[in-house]
Amino acid sequence: MNQPVKLQSFKLNVNGQTHTVNADPDMPLLYALRNDLGLNNPHFGCGLAQCGACTVHVDGQPTRSCVTPLSAIGQAKIVTLAGLGTPEKPHPLQSAYVEEQVLQCGYCINGWLMTAAAFLRDHKKPSEAEIQDALSGLKCRCGTHISILKAVKRAADAMG
Amino acid sequence: MTRFEKTTSLTRRSILLGSGALVVSVGAGVTLETVLSINQAFAQGTKPPLTPDQLSSYIAVNADGRVAAYFGKMDMGHGLHVAIAQIVAEELDVPFASVRVFMADTATSVNQGGASGSTGIQLGGKQMRMAAAEARRVLVEMAAAALSTPADRLAVNDGIVSAADDQTKRVSYAQLLGGQYFNVQLDWNKEYGNALYAPGKARPKKPSEHKIVGQPIKREDIAPKVFCLEDFVTDIKVPDMVHGRMIRPQVAGAVPVKVDDSAIRDIPGAKVVWDKGFLGVVADREWDAIQAAEKLKVEWSLQPPPFPEQASLHDTIRKASVRKRVVEQQNGDVDAAFKTAAKIIEADYEWPFQSHASMGPACSLVEIKDGMVTCWSGTQKSHFVQNGLAAVLQVPVEKVHVIFKPGPGSYGRNDADDCAMDAAVLAKAVGRPVRLQYMRDQGTGWDPKGPASTHSAKAGLNAAGEVIAYEFTSKAFSRVDVDTNGGKPPDTLAGQTLGVALKSGDGFGVPAESYAVANKRLAWETIAPLLDRASPLRTSHLRDPVGPQIHFASESFIDEVAAAVNADPIEFRLRYVKEPRDIAVIKAAAQKANWETRPSPRRDQIGSKVSGRGIAYAQRNGTRVAVIAEVDIDRATGKIWARKFTVAHDCGQIINPDGLVKCIEGNIVQGVSRALWEEVTFDRNTVTSVDWITYPILDITETPGRVDVVLINYPEIAPSGAGEPSIRPVAAAIANAIFDATGVRIRRVPFSPERVKAAFS
Repeated sequence: MNQPVKLQSFKLNVNGQTHTVNADPDMPLLYALRNDLGLNNPHFGCGLAQCGACTVHVDGQPTRSCVTPLSAIGQAKIVTLAGLGTPEKPHPLQSAYVEEQVLQCGYCINGWLMTAAAFLRDHKKPSEAEIQDALSGLKCRCGTHISILKAVKRAADAMG
Repeated sequence: MTRFEKTTSLTRRSILLGSGALVVSVGAGVTLETVLSINQAFAQGTKPPLTPDQLSSYIAVNADGRVAAYFGKMDMGHGLHVAIAQIVAEELDVPFASVRVFMADTATSVNQGGASGSTGIQLGGKQMRMAAAEARRVLVEMAAAALSTPADRLAVNDGIVSAADDQTKRVSYAQLLGGQYFNVQLDWNKEYGNALYAPGKARPKKPSEHKIVGQPIKREDIAPKVFCLEDFVTDIKVPDMVHGRMIRPQVAGAVPVKVDDSAIRDIPGAKVVWDKGFLGVVADREWDAIQAAEKLKVEWSLQPPPFPEQASLHDTIRKASVRKRVVEQQNGDVDAAFKTAAKIIEADYEWPFQSHASMGPACSLVEIKDGMVTCWSGTQKSHFVQNGLAAVLQVPVEKVHVIFKPGPGSYGRNDADDCAMDAAVLAKAVGRPVRLQYMRDQGTGWDPKGPASTHSAKAGLNAAGEVIAYEFTSKAFSRVDVDTNGGKPPDTLAGQTLGVALKSGDGFGVPAESYAVANKRLAWETIAPLLDRASPLRTSHLRDPVGPQIHFASESFIDEVAAAVNADPIEFRLRYVKEPRDIAVIKAAAQKANWETRPSPRRDQIGSKVSGRGIAYAQRNGTRVAVIAEVDIDRATGKIWARKFTVAHDCGQIINPDGLVKCIEGNIVQGVSRALWEEVTFDRNTVTSVDWITYPILDITETPGRVDVVLINYPEIAPSGAGEPSIRPVAAAIANAIFDATGVRIRRVPFSPERVKAAFS
């Protein structure tokens, strides 16, 4: 017989602030961020961890929030694209995206920026092949890959 | 924390007057009374009707002098709004930064056709140019009266009209009109959509006078997205809204016969909406709606498997009855010429169904409140969706407001319009606003597909190796099995599942080139859809509808004929291409790519890893493109890397060269993806390519290493489109490069490693 869903209370540390969310422990983090916290930067692309549009940092690691249940978060610190940088204090990748005019529809950029930010933090002066390899699990349907690569290389240079 | 958007926050009046009241403080001899009396002829405080014959339907001058341009089309990612703002600023003589383009909101713009056929600049920009020119003419006439100076003695700079011989005699657009509406009639051609054209009395500037048009102005909308300051349609929320999900059958065509909601009764706000074949659920929370859709127990009608085995798809097309045949071009006596030919070359080509597979599945929010329907949608055709919603909800069109918000990518008639209609049915049924987002398998599995096709080409050569007869026929599913917009219920899943009969249309196309052959026939034939209702293989427009299909075949075939007479592929084309602009793009690409004149295939490579080059060219509604592909092939694995492209592009006058280059790059990369990877898979029951594993697209390791673009600018020739033409020749250029490298001709897309490897063995 059907079991009613039991809500649990979760304390989420997102972009340096703590939020309380009452939700199904199996609910993916993506829905808490978007609907309970109103943070629209991670996007629903596939719900299958195949495209990367939902990527956030969980304790610094790029994580596909569409398949990460709330019960798995614990005390981890979550950073979304809004926590990566601001117009006043942009992350080098955000500046590079504007400079290279990367976007077409723009729906996928969250995944590219969050994944590349973690990669560039951990890999100084990467080769083009290393960048491509690190970003090979991400999708962009509009075909902006050429500009993406230029922007990530530009940011890599800026980050030394 | 959740941000709410009020439907009233985007009204035209608030945009117009949001920046303060009419201010008249500078300018010699101009009093408020003077201005107001002049205004009465051209301007009024209340808004004229939003009709195509009113200047106010396109252009407004705010109280602070900023210009609002109301555009009945929308940007799908190429920065079209930048180009439109350049055109408007140019004609009005105002700074580029003072123009803001409001796109495709049915409350503020007329139906200019939406995003359609690469006509954003070609047709949409043409109208905005004429409207802006008329606005300038009227404002200068008003200034002439205000300054007591003949109009031909006035100059305009940055929105300030001044006397040529007395700079102290000046008045600003803001002073003349700011905050009021134009009351000026245009000469409307009585057409809606792409064909809408409504010029005034003004003549636009000569291209030689352009200062803003032609400049590489950057997009201002990148930063807001990079910093998460701008909403996609998926981000819109309204108070009291619920989340919806749709449920589709496992056998296409089946309808629910029994629905058991016992498994979802404990889910807060869960409701089932079931009417004939339409089945959806809502719940207060999004995750709950997803769970409800999964848990709901549904018994479906017994539906015989509607589809053939995928392996027999193209045989099915060949054997199917022709529903409509159209000969679009014919000259000479083709049949007689073939009889006299010394040699006949024939080849058949095949293209699969392809999916839009937008970055995210479609999303729409519909609110029905106080007799008004408000819909937020990523549609390419908001005015048509307005009609569709009015029809499905049975309310007057004027009671429906469709607000375009950028969606998760769009390349034609994708799932956006279906989603808007489904959301409306759900919202009406549950009496609350419904935000519906499809799931990934529905986005990829149930979007309208680009049609699968077969193409037969035949050339007759005389003894000298000259082509004396040429015939090209496509036989395919229609490009308008469902229409290119959700304007009518029969063209949407909502309408079809609710029992409205599909009215499948017929349309395809023929090669667009200027090969002069004395006896030539270009034709197409369409066949009926595999399933006549709510089909995941229904077909409609996918970027450059039928262009990649047709030109893959026709431009591969020209190469085959060139090889048969041992001619260089470019030199051979130039024997037959007659239009000077076509010749120019082909030569420009060849020169930029350092094309070596020789026949294909090259025969100087041994070993597993080989390289080749190939060209293809095409026209598209006035635009000409030549594409040269350079590819590396691993014969052992069948893996192809389309390493470098050289593109020569002529779309007449260029409005924004940087935006154009980005647009072309996107076309090439998406074209590579479609040529190398993309194929809808299906079994007898339904579509089985439903995510990024089963419908793979190109990833960044497979992206061309370099795309060189040669822009050919003809400032005196009215601009034609760029959103799609350069995707058209990509597959053929790659196929021709594969042939050049290997001597093997691949006549079936996609060139997946398995297929390429099989072709080599």
